Amino acid sequence: MIPSQAPAVSRLTRTSGPLVIDIAGVTKLYEMGEETIHALRGVSVQIHRNEYLAIMGPSGSGKSTLMNMLGCLDTPTAGRYEFNGKNVASMIDDELADIRNREIGFVFQTFNLLPRSTALANVELPLIYAGYAPAERRVRAIRALENVGLGSRLHHKPNELSGGQRQRVAIARALVNSPSIILADEPTGNLDSKTGVEIMALFEQLYEQGHTLIVVTHEEDIARHARRIVRLRDGLIESDSSVY
Amino acid sequence: MKRLIYELTESFRIAFAQIRANKLRSVLTALGVIIGIVAVTLMGTAIRGIDTGFNNSLAMLGDDVLYVQKWPWGGVEDWWNYANRPPIRPEDADKLNHIIEQTANSLLEVAVPVSTRGNSVKAGENKVSGVFTIGTTADYGRLISADFSEGRLFNDTEAAGGRSVCVLGFDVAEALFQNRSSIEQIVMIGGHPFTVIGVVAKQGSFLGLFSFDNQAILPLEAFRKYFSVRRGAEIRVKITDKTRVADAREELTGAMRRVRAQLPGERDNFNINEQGAFKAQLDPIKQGIALAGLFITGLSLFVGAIGIMNITFVSVKERTKEIGTRKALGARRRTILLQFLIEAVSICLIGGFVGLGLTYGLVLAVGVAFPAIPVEFSLNLVFISMAVSIATGIVSGFAPAWGASRLDPVVALRYE
Repeated sequence: MIPSQAPAVSRLTRTSGPLVIDIAGVTKLYEMGEETIHALRGVSVQIHRNEYLAIMGPSGSGKSTLMNMLGCLDTPTAGRYEFNGKNVASMIDDELADIRNREIGFVFQTFNLLPRSTALANVELPLIYAGYAPAERRVRAIRALENVGLGSRLHHKPNELSGGQRQRVAIARALVNSPSIILADEPTGNLDSKTGVEIMALFEQLYEQGHTLIVVTHEEDIARHARRIVRLRDGLIESDSSVY
Repeated sequence: MKRLIYELTESFRIAFAQIRANKLRSVLTALGVIIGIVAVTLMGTAIRGIDTGFNNSLAMLGDDVLYVQKWPWGGVEDWWNYANRPPIRPEDADKLNHIIEQTANSLLEVAVPVSTRGNSVKAGENKVSGVFTIGTTADYGRLISADFSEGRLFNDTEAAGGRSVCVLGFDVAEALFQNRSSIEQIVMIGGHPFTVIGVVAKQGSFLGLFSFDNQAILPLEAFRKYFSVRRGAEIRVKITDKTRVADAREELTGAMRRVRAQLPGERDNFNINEQGAFKAQLDPIKQGIALAGLFITGLSLFVGAIGIMNITFVSVKERTKEIGTRKALGARRRTILLQFLIEAVSICLIGGFVGLGLTYGLVLAVGVAFPAIPVEFSLNLVFISMAVSIATGIVSGFAPAWGASRLDPVVALRYE
């Protein structure tokens, strides 16, 4: 633990829900040829259930690295990372895959839908990896799509949907496995501002429903929707403040 | 387990969607496999056909018949050692039969003299040249496995009396009398009149070289009357137990030496030939053809496999971001590995099915167009070619699929 580098985390964090993510003193090094890049230099964050958190920072701040870490796409070089009390830092690939499948719902800037599959098939995908039977997959996927207002677009393919609708499909896909957190990377980055507002309204709605949201963004307008903003600079947390 | 089944189903769905989405590319890739499978399966049918042909031909010689002859089968280098051997005489067969009768539990059943020569056979205006003419005894009927399409073989009385009767091979009878019955017709064999009393059913040819249907069988005494037997004959000996060919051969050697009054220590001045020895000579040739053929056709399948590997590499590259997304959504390494393996195998299987269909068509066409060429399409071939297709897909798809499964999700997601 490096308390000086994680200023007053616990004091500012709303501690109403149980702890989901507990990161302490996490560092991440990359070897780039001769050079060693310190993407994270000792980051500590605690995130509780039903928080709505924005991670901000200029490019090179370690924002993406932290997001990959939170999303269990990557493991820290050093430090502690516990997800729902499970030690993620020492997990192997397939264990991480299972955590991603069950505990984390990803929303990408570029939507990342399978182009040749229908909305329904896209949303069913995480359920296949979770081992649900076809009938149950269908029921759950339809429910998730209805929840994001796409009940009438089940059999459309991504190229038959608008950008906002595509992102809604992606959000439905993120929700379908009832994950502990929704992790959104620049979710409005590829959308016009009007559609962006709609997506943020949907996030607000999900937050009201009790979901835990982590939005990575560089736009103040987007971050302002969150209840807590973590700012990164040069691989360190610059500030961590609640917004009401 | 359930999860694996769902993943497999999904992989097959994705694979076929992928093939549909990239039709031209898939067709071209599959073409390599199709050509490979057609080549290999055609070779397979040809090899089987040759095998069957060999076996049928050898069966015509009879697997229970020993041939006492002046020369060994298969040719010799020191021909001068054989040239001075006394010819085999038809009378030797009588002496052999005498010895066989006196031997208790003899492994030999009967010795049949066979004199041969080429003759032309005429009936009215029709003429067949180069007919293989055989002079033999009534015991000849015990040697041949073929049926008679009409009539019968001459009997002992006819044979001993040297009656001018004959049995024709199927092709000879057909050429001379077309659809009419040959029985009781008079034919001129080598200029001498013979009455036809039987026609042997169609037998086919020996290794495609010598037709068993192009022959005329006469009583030995009649043969002797009109044609010379000085050139010698051969004696065919039927054995009682085809599992004891070696013993029978030994007994026959002893008996023949007695007939020839050979002294102990003297080398045999005759040869005993048999189908088995012939087979032993042919088998390495047959295997050589099969190996070389399979190797060469295998190369074309190998080229097809390289095509599959290439296209799978391209597919992995193109869909790197999709792989990243799938990993983010919880796909394990195994899932990704299987997905790309199944894509490779699917193309190979489609290629395999099409190739097999083409082979089937070709085999049918060849069978209709050239009935003489022995080709054979078997259910085994279907299974083998499917297995080969799947194996090709797995072998060629493995390296790219393995690479895909090992991709770092962070890197894959960022890939554009």
